[in-house]
Amino acid sequence: MKEGIRQSMAWLHTWSGLLVGWVLFMVFAAGTASYFRDEITLWMKPELHTAAHAQVPQAVALAHAVDTLQDKAPHSPRWFITMPAGREPALRAGYTAPRGENSGGQKKGGRRGVKSVMLDPATGAELSTPRETRGGDFFYRLHFDLHYMPVLWARWIVGACAMFMLVAILSGIVTHKRIFKDFFTFRPRKGQRSWLDFHNVSAVLALPYHLMITYTGLLTLMFMYFPQGIEAAYKEDKPDTFFAELFGGPLADAEAARVKAPLAPLGPMVEQASRAWHGAPAGRVTVDFPNDANATVTITQQTGHGISSEVPSLTFNGVTGSLVPRPETGKGAAAATRGVMVGLHIARFADPLARWLFFISGLAGCAMVATGLLLWAVKERPKHAKAGRTGFGLRLVDGLNIGAVAGLPLAMAVFFWANRLIETGTLQRPDAEIRWFFTAWCIAAIAALAKPGRPMWRLQLLLGGLAFVLLPLLNGMTGGAHLGTSIAHGLWPVAGFDIVTLLLGAFLLYCSHYLGKRKKAPQAAGIPLKTEPESRLAGSNA
Amino acid sequence: MQAQPTMAPVPAKPKKPGPGWRYRAGVAVRALAAIAGGYALSAAWAAALALTLPAVRVEAALTATMLALAIYPCAAMWCFGARTAPRAVAGLLIAGALPAAILLLSKGAA
Repeated sequence: MKEGIRQSMAWLHTWSGLLVGWVLFMVFAAGTASYFRDEITLWMKPELHTAAHAQVPQAVALAHAVDTLQDKAPHSPRWFITMPAGREPALRAGYTAPRGENSGGQKKGGRRGVKSVMLDPATGAELSTPRETRGGDFFYRLHFDLHYMPVLWARWIVGACAMFMLVAILSGIVTHKRIFKDFFTFRPRKGQRSWLDFHNVSAVLALPYHLMITYTGLLTLMFMYFPQGIEAAYKEDKPDTFFAELFGGPLADAEAARVKAPLAPLGPMVEQASRAWHGAPAGRVTVDFPNDANATVTITQQTGHGISSEVPSLTFNGVTGSLVPRPETGKGAAAATRGVMVGLHIARFADPLARWLFFISGLAGCAMVATGLLLWAVKERPKHAKAGRTGFGLRLVDGLNIGAVAGLPLAMAVFFWANRLIETGTLQRPDAEIRWFFTAWCIAAIAALAKPGRPMWRLQLLLGGLAFVLLPLLNGMTGGAHLGTSIAHGLWPVAGFDIVTLLLGAFLLYCSHYLGKRKKAPQAAGIPLKTEPESRLAGSNA
Repeated sequence: MQAQPTMAPVPAKPKKPGPGWRYRAGVAVRALAAIAGGYALSAAWAAALALTLPAVRVEAALTATMLALAIYPCAAMWCFGARTAPRAVAGLLIAGALPAAILLLSKGAA
């Protein structure tokens, strides 16, 4: 648009990145945290930290779950059993309340009317009911559904931001003629230039990840963003035909026979399924219409044994125990491609090492977005300094930068504190925790907009850092397994969370300290938050 | 001596401060073309490819939709990379002619 293609792409890169940067930072941060969603949830339920994690055969654990369910909900239309796994050591037995909505309504993740209990897999004893919390699911949902607004709007907003991001990444690559050379260039303590270098390093280092995660993120919701292709190819069919052809036959039509019939033992089915998957264990067992003549048992493989998001499952007749053949679906190249791409995005396949790499790449993404935002302010500042006063635009960007980059981690820490400090019996406890998150964030953002500047950076980083650093202590004092016991017992999901929050808090404190130290530096114009800013939490390698 | 004040400031001023309305209008047109036009173009390609790709229709529809996600950012970059705003719009129209023709033909055939 101006002189050459490179300048016009630089312009596009700047503006497409800046306009949605703050939302993107939150999306990146929440998404990065979601890699350790299960670990966060476990940490937030300290009652489960002591759960026995003795290894028992799956058939034994499953039998315990069935006993409990026969006892609690023999007439329920559907049981869900989640098998214990490394990342979630307890056995979960869930059921939909009888006379609830029909099974079609359940399919889309509506959790209404679903009850569940946690069991010790070895003994079948009910574990003390953990506190109610959304746990890591909160960040997972926040990542693409935002909060306090209709899900559909939120997904369009996040989708639009992601598309801006994709444009920013692609135009950033075009801008960068010396992408390789720049990668090895770092000029510290040089104000704007250091920021630029750091932005380049964090962007280029994880470039394949950034491109992959942005494109595959859009891809997970592409049927909503671009329904035209499917509409064109399926215009004469019922709207669900495409999904039936892609994901498998509509088992949702099934109905109970209303004739009693004993449920066949599930143990042999799980063993048969595991054999069919070359030893991969079962992750989830769903029983439709237990104790009915039309009972079916669907066994889904434990996640983490293949990249694709389409986890294999087998269906058995619940009375005879024999395998129910299903039509082969979704086996084409495009379907497989989609499965792998979605799988790459949600990374449930990842073994600990890959999961950590994804997590670190996610942090690099946060750093890329944050340094990009800061760079804009750093570049703009000299112009305003020349004019003698800070213009409205720069002030706004400064305030939003502080509110997002320093305020969000603070809010995340507050969320974890609320998890431990709100009494367990409180009504609608999960909502109360979430309210604390948004209250803290709101206050941080308002304060930042009111007084953007170095002291505000320091204050918010300091508070966020302290809140994170003290989390392991809080964990030990409020009933969780503290670092001493969690490491000693190999309870790595909990230990990992504590260690990551310690590191993160230390990093925030360092940033706050660094800002104070450089107060009189000549390049004081910039906001020398040195490296990647926050946003992530919890981790584990178990 | 006296010539200096008369010569310099007055005519130079309108040129200096910020971009003119022409520039702003250009940016607005490009942004609109990139966001709305880019979406329309990608959607048209998604529909046209879903109908014409030589594969089972699930596969064709999936491939077309995944490609649309890649077409959109490229279209947006084109809109800002083109030398002038009218050129940007013209480029989108040219790129949209083929899928539009396919969709019209398929409608006629059906």
